[in-house]
Amino acid sequence: MSITTPAAPPRKPTETRAARRIRLTDRARKERNLGWMLAGPAFIAMVAVTGYPILNAIWLSLFDFRLTDPDGRTFVFLGNYATILTDGLFWKQFGVTAIITVVTVSVELVLGFGLAMVMHRALYLRTALRVAILVPYGIITVVSAYAWAYAFSNTYGFVNSLFGLGDFDWFGGTWSALFTVCVAEIWKTTPFMSLLLLAGLAQIPDDYLEAAQVDGATAWQRVKRVILPNMKAAIMVALLFRTLDAFRIFDSVFIMTAGAQSTETLSFLAYRQTISRVMVGLGSAVSVILAILVVLIAVLFVKVFKTDLSQQRGDKK
Amino acid sequence: MLERKPRRWAAASALALFASVLTGCGGGDGGANTLTYYIADAAQESVATRCAGESGGAYQFNIQRLPNTAAGGREQLLRRLAAEDRSMDIVSVDPPFMAEFANAGFLRAFTDAERQELSQGVLDGPLKQSTFRDTLYSAPLYGNTQLLWYRKSVLQKAGVDPSAGPVTWDQLIKGATQAGVTVAAQGRRNESLMVWVNALISSSGGSILAPGSENLPANEVKGGINSPAGATAARIMHDLAVSPAAPPGFSTAGEEDSRASFQEANGGFMVNWPYVWAAFDSAIEEGSLPANFKDDVGWAAYPRVEAGTESASPSGGLGLSISSFSRRQDLAAQAIRCLANEQSQKDFMIEAGNPAALASVFDDPEIREKFPMADEIRTGLDAATPRPVSAYYGDVTGSIQTSFHPPGSLSSQNTPREANQLLEDVLSNKRMI
Repeated sequence: MSITTPAAPPRKPTETRAARRIRLTDRARKERNLGWMLAGPAFIAMVAVTGYPILNAIWLSLFDFRLTDPDGRTFVFLGNYATILTDGLFWKQFGVTAIITVVTVSVELVLGFGLAMVMHRALYLRTALRVAILVPYGIITVVSAYAWAYAFSNTYGFVNSLFGLGDFDWFGGTWSALFTVCVAEIWKTTPFMSLLLLAGLAQIPDDYLEAAQVDGATAWQRVKRVILPNMKAAIMVALLFRTLDAFRIFDSVFIMTAGAQSTETLSFLAYRQTISRVMVGLGSAVSVILAILVVLIAVLFVKVFKTDLSQQRGDKK
Repeated sequence: MLERKPRRWAAASALALFASVLTGCGGGDGGANTLTYYIADAAQESVATRCAGESGGAYQFNIQRLPNTAAGGREQLLRRLAAEDRSMDIVSVDPPFMAEFANAGFLRAFTDAERQELSQGVLDGPLKQSTFRDTLYSAPLYGNTQLLWYRKSVLQKAGVDPSAGPVTWDQLIKGATQAGVTVAAQGRRNESLMVWVNALISSSGGSILAPGSENLPANEVKGGINSPAGATAARIMHDLAVSPAAPPGFSTAGEEDSRASFQEANGGFMVNWPYVWAAFDSAIEEGSLPANFKDDVGWAAYPRVEAGTESASPSGGLGLSISSFSRRQDLAAQAIRCLANEQSQKDFMIEAGNPAALASVFDDPEIREKFPMADEIRTGLDAATPRPVSAYYGDVTGSIQTSFHPPGSLSSQNTPREANQLLEDVLSNKRMI
């Protein structure tokens, strides 16, 4: 259905709201009302399911509140935030989260780009190839984490016997345990990265590449001078999405190491305070900080790296 | 009109689906005589079926299974009880978590008459951990204690013989190293690590919390780890973890990993719960162990820390409690009388391999035949030392698990001090775990 909305008259500085309302035609008003009636329930539902918990978490984060001791609830204002930010554990886990994020996203970018090229260039069995590459992304994270935990296990895993590592305990040291977590994450989410990159790759007109080839550009030069610059927006969007995701990593760590050997991440910190310790106030404060960090990452990408989100929707060519 | 029909149908089916989802949410309560029973072990279900049958229709059960791990079970119960979930009637509570729930008012206290009936003939260890502030909150379904398991064939080479008299951890580590075999214990960072730490500290006369902490508010609770007992515990754990007697993957080994190590060709000694005896049978049936494996297995009391001091063996088990938010509390109490009676405990012991809490079950001829170590278990249960009784147990165990892991990096000088500090800081909300 296509409705042509009459162009709104230019607003005069002296014009009041009431005056503007009168100027609306009957049709425009009805359409606006219809719009609210159609979108209103969804809007209210959205506010209820997302807005309320967010505001509630912020409110709760100002209290020292343990679920098993409801009477002991006291208002501590920003006390919980002070506790968190002065605790070395928070910074340690921030570091672990950052390492996992940087390592997994970088590796995924390289691998994802390779897979996107393969999917884009494949001449035969294109659909089968794409499905095969996307399968890991379709697997539930908990399931993939279990699969990798078993794979790296020193009692029944195949990794040690495959590489002749004897009974090396992958989960017994911080770095080896983090390595396994990163492997599981990379395996699981590289397809997502490659899918986003494939969308960017498909937007590069073949003419550019043909022109470059005619001009005598080598394959590497074509990638560096034509493909990558034209894919910049898609790459940035892919990086943004994956960074936001990777920074909130929880499932793989929970299943594979249960946070032992200093592999706990920030989401794990929030989980432990809120769910295990039922310290709802402190846990909410960790969650709020985590949310702020995620927003900061998004702002960094959008404002500093000038990531153009409209690219992903195909609004621009 | 024709075009509209499918939409109407779609709307109708969406409504029907929505309604069924809603009923699904509200349901689960069943009839007026249906009790929702949260079980922690699959074997509880067959006992429940028998009890429901015997009740002559007075009650029936809607069985809900808790997560496998102790921590997972605690979290689910805690969340639901804190939300005042009225659909829970009987809950299976791991004893160390009972105080936390009882203090929060989540559990209905048993009346004096019920207490007398439910605690009659119950062994000391399981009974102690079912009471909080002198009130019974859990009916002991089973008690549990760890034993020292050994392979008879390695004793001579190791130069230790637990069957001849009590042995110490130091003797075990030295002997196993000498014989080239392993000493399996639970070094994994979960509740089983807390069990080990508590047993070691208690065995040398110490305690994780300072005496009298039970009724104090969180920020006044004092730790008792920064003591010679704490230092000895850290030393023994470290010594075992770095010795050749530590099985591979020691810092990530739970009970089942310990059993796997013990079953290996170089398995020598293991501390573990008695369920392993029934588990050996299953492994033999499956063909993963030779038929005569159990002939080589011996058992003895939990290892000592000091030769002259009796060991405080770990205490575990399961209690049945009634939710304060249940609408059928009296019916639940009636059902618990059957679920935890002698017959039920015996059936449960045979099916799950977990020891009964009632002393009389250990005299049963069938039990004595199936569990040749029945006497050692009974003695162990009587001497078992519960983990700290605290309304803040979650924080206590979390702090211990953080500070005493990985066992290989512990030091008798620093670990007790740091663990004590962390525990007190966490309880007074100055630090996180």
